[in-house]
Amino acid sequence: MSSSSQGERIPVMQRILDNPFLLLFIGVTVPTVSYTIWGIMEVAQLPVAK
Amino acid sequence: MSLTPPANKIWWNEPVEKAEILWVTLALIWALIMFFMMPVWHVYGKQNVSNEAYRIQPDAYAKKVEAMVAKYTVRQEKGNNQPVVHPPAGSDVYLLARLWEWYPILELENGKSYRLHLSSLDWQHGFSLQPANINLQVHPGIEMVVTVTPNAAGEYGIICNEFCGIGHHTMLGKLYVTK
Amino acid sequence: MADFRTCPVTGLKVHLEGEKLIKWNAVTAIVFLLIGGLFGLLVVLTRWPEVHLLPADLFYMALTAHGALILVVWIVFFEVAVLYFCCTVLLQSRLATPKWGWVGYWLMLIGTLITTVAVLQGNSSVMFTSYVPMQAAPHFYLGLILFAVGALIACFIFMGTLVIAKDEKTYEGSLPLVVFGALVACIIAIYTIASGAIILIPTFLWSVGYISHIDPLMYKVIWWGFGHSSQQINVSAHIAVWYAIAAILFGAKPLSEKVSRMAFLLYIFFLQIASAHHLLVEPGLSSEYKIFNTSYAMYLAVLGSMIHGLTVPGCIEAAQRQKGFNKGLFEWLRKAPWGNPVFSGMFLSLILFGFLGGISGVTMGVEQINIIIHNTIYVPGHFHATVATGTTLAFMALTYFLIPTLFRRSLAFPTMAKWQPYVFGIGMGMAALFMMGAGTLGVSRRHWDIAFTDAALKFNHPQAAWLMMGLAGIFGVMAVIGGAMFCLVAVGSLLWGEKLSMEPAPAPAAGAAKPAVASHGDAGTFTVPGTFTLAMVFLIAFVLYYFVNWKYLASTWGLS
Repeated sequence: MSSSSQGERIPVMQRILDNPFLLLFIGVTVPTVSYTIWGIMEVAQLPVAK
Repeated sequence: MSLTPPANKIWWNEPVEKAEILWVTLALIWALIMFFMMPVWHVYGKQNVSNEAYRIQPDAYAKKVEAMVAKYTVRQEKGNNQPVVHPPAGSDVYLLARLWEWYPILELENGKSYRLHLSSLDWQHGFSLQPANINLQVHPGIEMVVTVTPNAAGEYGIICNEFCGIGHHTMLGKLYVTK
Repeated sequence: MADFRTCPVTGLKVHLEGEKLIKWNAVTAIVFLLIGGLFGLLVVLTRWPEVHLLPADLFYMALTAHGALILVVWIVFFEVAVLYFCCTVLLQSRLATPKWGWVGYWLMLIGTLITTVAVLQGNSSVMFTSYVPMQAAPHFYLGLILFAVGALIACFIFMGTLVIAKDEKTYEGSLPLVVFGALVACIIAIYTIASGAIILIPTFLWSVGYISHIDPLMYKVIWWGFGHSSQQINVSAHIAVWYAIAAILFGAKPLSEKVSRMAFLLYIFFLQIASAHHLLVEPGLSSEYKIFNTSYAMYLAVLGSMIHGLTVPGCIEAAQRQKGFNKGLFEWLRKAPWGNPVFSGMFLSLILFGFLGGISGVTMGVEQINIIIHNTIYVPGHFHATVATGTTLAFMALTYFLIPTLFRRSLAFPTMAKWQPYVFGIGMGMAALFMMGAGTLGVSRRHWDIAFTDAALKFNHPQAAWLMMGLAGIFGVMAVIGGAMFCLVAVGSLLWGEKLSMEPAPAPAAGAAKPAVASHGDAGTFTVPGTFTLAMVFLIAFVLYYFVNWKYLASTWGLS
């Protein structure tokens, strides 16, 4: 730790970018919800032909 | 250096180079234009993928195809003895994909709209209408309905462009558009 | 405690167990590049209409093998090497649980061998995508599952090493940008591999008879979460490699950490949802789903790529200008080390990936434009521009750096190495371009015979399509020669290259020890006019090509 930055607060965005496991959570959740789950729901809800 | 941790510990507060700000702005504008092109084309464009699709048993679909063939066959094609079917303009027309043929041969009228139904009896196939270059995916168990409006008379080929086994490259159909 | 050596070139501490794993993964990758490339040659020689080498069954077999070995095996083995390199060498850390690293390595290798055997036995020519209800032999899926588990272990070792490095304070502050890029690749890989496992395990059970039915559309949705995202791992990994090479050769520092990292963050959020690119003309999925996902949520991941497209050459320009290459717009670029394959490989990769792969990918990923492109040979044209001239070329460039530094061997055949990136890049780039051209004219992909000789009916492709397929064949062979040159240099160096025990490495690594640029990132301290000009040329090409395709779409039948 260098003395110059010890007192300063690290900005929120930098703290997010420095947190690998938070990023991992985002990177798995977003595509799972937006792509996989949404897609599966649409496929599952296809109407049956007359 | 990019290989070492940032020299300035609180790099988030470093000012950003002007070229970068300008470029990010331009790129963002372009990204939004590209995004809105798609919904805009749904409203104003004439070529859109239909959202109409149903689950169906393959044999139930085959029955629908046969009913149309029985009603509207006008002649037999010379090459493979398939029926050539000329349904009335504006009606529902059915095309069936199976290993390794498209059935039957449809004859449509130029400038008229038809509700084209597509489904497969076995594996996945690719509906590739050439030279119009319209490509749609055909699934077994799903009936897709898309309204088509031919814009040029002539003979078209229907190539299968989804790999479907060893006879894949022989799976070639035909479609006529009359004046 | 872990054993380290100190690199004589860079002064970096290198963890010996980690180094061994990096080497084994990299060498294995190159061996499979060689094998997969040979299958590629057979594919090229069959699709080149005048040659038409293989019979249909062998062609489909070779195409399946080529897809699996190159798109997955070569790329992922090399990516594991890159991940281990970033988290150990760059962070000066020991590797977490090297034993598990070996477990992962052997699972991947055994999985590869099982799947390859299944394909070569002839009953699994189902293509890399293996769409159900077409069925392969059970061990085809089993091999892929083992491979995926091995790769997942490697990802967790990477994450674990990040924790160790932070705990043991091997670095201070934030991760280096290159390691951050590798982290993004690792995150995407975890989603990718999970998707692959979720769909391949039931498919395996189906192939042995425990499950009676797998829905083809359901399979396709989940499979592409694996199939497409695996190529997004490549994008993140090769961009990290671009930044790394810019730093190695020029001591370049990112223009600003904030912008480059935010661009990577956009990848974490949005890159993977573009798996929907493959589902745009599928029945049963809504336009809302297609538009949102195919556009990476309003093209925000494309924004990320366009940012990297500016900041990577931009950081090189900034570094070069500080060294005095200040004349005009492009002296910094003209006087770059074009004879050094580390640089020429990296820069060609950047240009070809952006202009050919990037523009074509975004254009064909438009929901409606995909109607005129889906499953035509335009698609392999596009992804050879991204995966071959983008990722593979970047990895080749990195290999030329790793041979003297990590393997401590001098390059065998240096003249061949000097020319290799040009032969491979130009050959593959032109082959990709002609495939795209033929695809625009309606030639389909994965097709043995565009003459339809054995079909009951007849259809003739336009003469121009035949010409383009011929040209794609010629340049495809050139690309294979370029790939062979690479394998020859790499394998030759390891077998016969002069040992560099404690001697400093030759040219490629020069400058690595001394970061030339002390600090920038302050507005107004420098500008990058040359890079900005290049970026504007790119944007104009992009806009023109994008709207030309809309015009082409508007000329076909009405569809709704």
